Amino acid sequence: MVGPRRLPVATSVPAALPPTGLSGLDAGWSRLIDVEENGTAGGVTHGWHLLDNGPQLDALGVIPVGTILCVHGNPTWSYLWRRLLSEARDAAQSGAPAWRVIAVDQLDMGFSARTGVFRPLARRVQDLGDLTDALELAGPVITFGHDWGGVVSLGWAVDHPELLTGIMLLNTAVHQSVSDKIPGPLRLALGRGILGPATVATPAFLATTLALAHPPLSTEVKRGYHAPYLTSDRRGGIGGFVADIPVALTHESRPELDRIAETVRSLAVPTLLLWGPRDPIFSDRYLDDLVERMPHAHVHRFEGAGHLIAEDADYAATALLWLGDAVADSESAASETATEGPTAAWQAVGTHPLWHYLDTLKDSDETALVDMQPAPRTVSWRLLSRRVRQIAAGLVHIGVGPGDRVSLLVPPSADLTAVLYACVRIGAIVVVADAGLGLAGLTRAVRGARPDFVIGAAPGLMAARALGWPGRKISVARFPAPMARLLGIEHTLAELIDLGQARLAAGDELPVEPVPADPAAVLFTSGSTGPAKGVVYTHGQLSAVSRALFLQYGVGVGTGLVAGFAPFALLGPALGARSVTPDMDVTAPKTLTATAVAAAVAAIDATVVFLSPAALVNVVATADALTPADHAALAGVQRFLSAGAPISESLLAEAAHLMPGATAHTPYGMTEGLLMADITLGGIRAAAESLSDTANPAGGVCVGGSTATTRIRISALDASGASVGDLSEEPDVTGEIVVSAPHVKDHYDRLWLTERASRRSAVAGERWHRTGDVGHLDSAGRLWVEGRMPHIIVTAAGVTTPVGPEQRIENLPDVFRAAFVGVGPLGTQQQVAVIETVPPARRVHRAAEPLAAAVRAAVGSPVAAVLVVSGLPTDIRHNSKIDRSRLSRWATGILAGGRWTKP
Amino acid sequence: MRVLVTGASGFLGRAVADRISSAGHEVRTFQRRSSGLPGIEDVHGSITTAADIPYAGLAYAVSGMDAVVHLAAKVSLTGDPAEFEAVNVGGTRTVLQASQDAGVSRFVYVSSPSVAHAGSSIAGSDALPASPEHARGDYARTKARAELLALAADASGFSVVAVRPHLVWGPGDTQLIDRIVDRARRGRLPLLGHGAALIDTTYIDNAASAIHAALDAAVSVHGQSYVITNGEPRPVAELLAGICGAAGVAAPGWRVPASAARVAGSVIETIWRRRPGGDQPPMTRFLAEQLSTAHWFDQRRTRADLNWTPAVSLDEGFERLAAHYRSAR
Repeated sequence: MVGPRRLPVATSVPAALPPTGLSGLDAGWSRLIDVEENGTAGGVTHGWHLLDNGPQLDALGVIPVGTILCVHGNPTWSYLWRRLLSEARDAAQSGAPAWRVIAVDQLDMGFSARTGVFRPLARRVQDLGDLTDALELAGPVITFGHDWGGVVSLGWAVDHPELLTGIMLLNTAVHQSVSDKIPGPLRLALGRGILGPATVATPAFLATTLALAHPPLSTEVKRGYHAPYLTSDRRGGIGGFVADIPVALTHESRPELDRIAETVRSLAVPTLLLWGPRDPIFSDRYLDDLVERMPHAHVHRFEGAGHLIAEDADYAATALLWLGDAVADSESAASETATEGPTAAWQAVGTHPLWHYLDTLKDSDETALVDMQPAPRTVSWRLLSRRVRQIAAGLVHIGVGPGDRVSLLVPPSADLTAVLYACVRIGAIVVVADAGLGLAGLTRAVRGARPDFVIGAAPGLMAARALGWPGRKISVARFPAPMARLLGIEHTLAELIDLGQARLAAGDELPVEPVPADPAAVLFTSGSTGPAKGVVYTHGQLSAVSRALFLQYGVGVGTGLVAGFAPFALLGPALGARSVTPDMDVTAPKTLTATAVAAAVAAIDATVVFLSPAALVNVVATADALTPADHAALAGVQRFLSAGAPISESLLAEAAHLMPGATAHTPYGMTEGLLMADITLGGIRAAAESLSDTANPAGGVCVGGSTATTRIRISALDASGASVGDLSEEPDVTGEIVVSAPHVKDHYDRLWLTERASRRSAVAGERWHRTGDVGHLDSAGRLWVEGRMPHIIVTAAGVTTPVGPEQRIENLPDVFRAAFVGVGPLGTQQQVAVIETVPPARRVHRAAEPLAAAVRAAVGSPVAAVLVVSGLPTDIRHNSKIDRSRLSRWATGILAGGRWTKP
Repeated sequence: MRVLVTGASGFLGRAVADRISSAGHEVRTFQRRSSGLPGIEDVHGSITTAADIPYAGLAYAVSGMDAVVHLAAKVSLTGDPAEFEAVNVGGTRTVLQASQDAGVSRFVYVSSPSVAHAGSSIAGSDALPASPEHARGDYARTKARAELLALAADASGFSVVAVRPHLVWGPGDTQLIDRIVDRARRGRLPLLGHGAALIDTTYIDNAASAIHAALDAAVSVHGQSYVITNGEPRPVAELLAGICGAAGVAAPGWRVPASAARVAGSVIETIWRRRPGGDQPPMTRFLAEQLSTAHWFDQRRTRADLNWTPAVSLDEGFERLAAHYRSAR
């Protein structure tokens, strides 16, 4: 026993009711109960305080569907769960399923008795069982724990399988590897001469924990947490808990912790993990450990929330929502596990796996890839196929297994292609986060995606080192040994190739091929609407993306493809196309020149060119440098595509001028569903001509008809701007754009709540994705995008979507770009135009009277104010998606008479 | 209906009496001066003197009336607090009492959004309860108390509605428009801050039609308060420019930091209080706040409950104002 000896001698104090008037706490929930201690001779009883909404449910005359048994951690008490109790009560009152919530104060904690006896983990698990016996708690029971209460609740869960129907956890841990360092703050608290003073003699540990809230707790709530721990004789349990952390294998509580940690692996009940990533104690690695033990768990990471997630995020509503789903789902069997082999599974879905052509063309000396940097380098199918197999075998050898996550911080190149296909072939999940997220966004994304391995070029590895990104590091280049050590590089790509070659020569086989349902990749949204979200694609869905590219643009075996747009570029080998990455700095697409595009086209006789809009701007701007030979090469292009963000008709036309033999396309899609619709330059012009006789005056950007395997529907908006309508193809009705296709994402990564909100169930077995875009279909079946759902303006006169008014404003000669936003409460908002002028303004100002009048006339509905800015805030990746939500907040401040800042 | 309008010699009161009369109701007015409206019976008197002067007092004016629209008030940015109290609170109490005594069944109290205004910006909120504790200045404070008095008198058979028109303006307005134009002409009208604060105003015809609508709807909406505006907030600088443009004078071209104006307003206000009489002070703290923070309101409940929409848009109002100044030249 390490702990107790270092703590002050504890005395017994009976249980008591909390003082009245604690913020958010209903006195009617509190009850005291004496519980006999099992397994101890002499009939020892202890008084417990607990919160219980059972009596309130009885008074309402409702029968609970089950009980949520909540266990707080250290140094909190049942007060932590007050919002769950109140929301469960409110739900029951409104006729929703009623959940009884019992939130206990563990012995020596909160307002339960001070027992005077040190209570190690096994004792605490037994204590909770004694209590539920005394309460004669019947099933079904869902456990809900936080911090070390998570461990105690799981201990109860594994001991009561007959009552247990679900598990919910907030930030906690069930396993402390001896080799891993324990969290710094706890290490500090356990220090010699620190434990007693920090935890018991002073309220320092409590105060430190409460200071972890984001945003900071109000004084009233802090008072609530402090209430049971006002004097040192009441804080013995806090020190006891800290002392009970099994830091060493020899610790008394180690066997019990290990027993719980191993037994939870056998629990098959529905599980929900709600996590605050900003937790200095239980960091994401503990979440990883929990997911590894309970792989079926639903996870939601609340970006911005921390250790006190119960204060930082609306965990209570999320938990009740999930419980509602879990009850509904319990009837429908959840077994989708494919028992068939890979070949049969791929035949069933009707698409090729990504590595299909690497197998079928493995003896071909035709060109597969050309790298233009630093000097043109041609890679045949034979070489690419061999290289992929070698890297795959090497990765397997160093321990990369199916389901492991590999973050790729490599610029588009032959190396990236080879590594990518090697990873997917062995069932590893590639994490593709691009520099377009910005460094902070990229860090958040990589950390959240918790890679097991990072394969990177120098800049990526240096960032990984500097910013502490997780994962074992593999470098595509060789570094001098000291540098490699500094960057934590364990292997180089060359080593992996050698290793793999040796293993294959020794007769190693690559592992069994992944099946379509296996996860293949995590891509990231641009982060233009909040933190970038990880989007998980399965193998089947990625192969469906290449199928869609083949059907839409005819990219297939033998096609020459200039791959200047990342997600599609990587799919060249999956399509059997030969692809070339033009000479450009991918972190700055604006650096791509017309000459570089022409050189890439010439290198592989390309007939298809994929570019991003930002790159296209510079290609058009540098067209003067093209030589006659360049022009001749570009004349051979049959199709070119600007993908990633909306593009103006004039820019597309200028680019088309450079490639006179090509049809210009621009697709509509998003990270969650690439290539949902497509339109040609001719289509854009036809749409513009038909705009005057459309029945929907909302306007918007015409993005064309749906692609071959995609269905697009509209969910009409109600008066408040919510998309509640049934999925419909009715023309000219404005609503949220909802899509279904085999190549729509599988799910958001560890964002259960976001994923749930993005799903639209229409027909059983069909997957419909809410795009978050608002728009309408016209009578010709073309889709018109009117903006983003969060950017809808709701005035007293009804709903306005932003893109139509923006287009009309942008037609004014003095206007370069416009954003149309609402200020004030939804339902009575005022419309505000924020514009960039030609030439650009040097400072923020109100538009002069003639311009304001012109804007008002162009819009046609009331515009409260016209503000001129030097630059509108846009996303980093595309420099085109305007952050209207931010502009709305900014304009609200300016127009309230606030400080005159830049947006 | 037979309707008594108090305070009909004022800018809004005259428009209200005219509007109700034009709608076919029999209108009588009560105030110290003549309303100047043809075909309307003026009773001259004061709401602060005894009500029962034969053929002249309030009791006579309200006798036989079905409804009362009470506008008479001391409207000013500064002045003797006791006078605000006597006219706005005492006067309202007297009119309420006389109306109840005379068997009047509808009572429209014309109030002000400032009764619920604590000095911070208002962006799209509906009418909040009148709050004398939070209202700024003697005018708003006494109007708040009077509104509470009026609503407290609401009872079966005596339907009381409070309406709060915000910044009423139009041709012939001497309170707001003439002062703005006069100061702008003399180059004494600064912009406070950047002039971007969104402010909603009420064109005179809309204010009158809304009060008429409240009279019509009184039985179904009694006990309620409604803010009345055009529902077209604009940056304050644009409003001033619109008014100045209509009058043919240059819009304000210089600005004073809003915070400085507030401090200056307090100082000037204090000095003016010791030197009463004459014109209003050029700036008060209240006015500085009014002109440098947002004041616009949720009009949905007002429009739905009163079955009313403003007929004259802001731009149409400016045109009418310009026509008025052109004809006056």
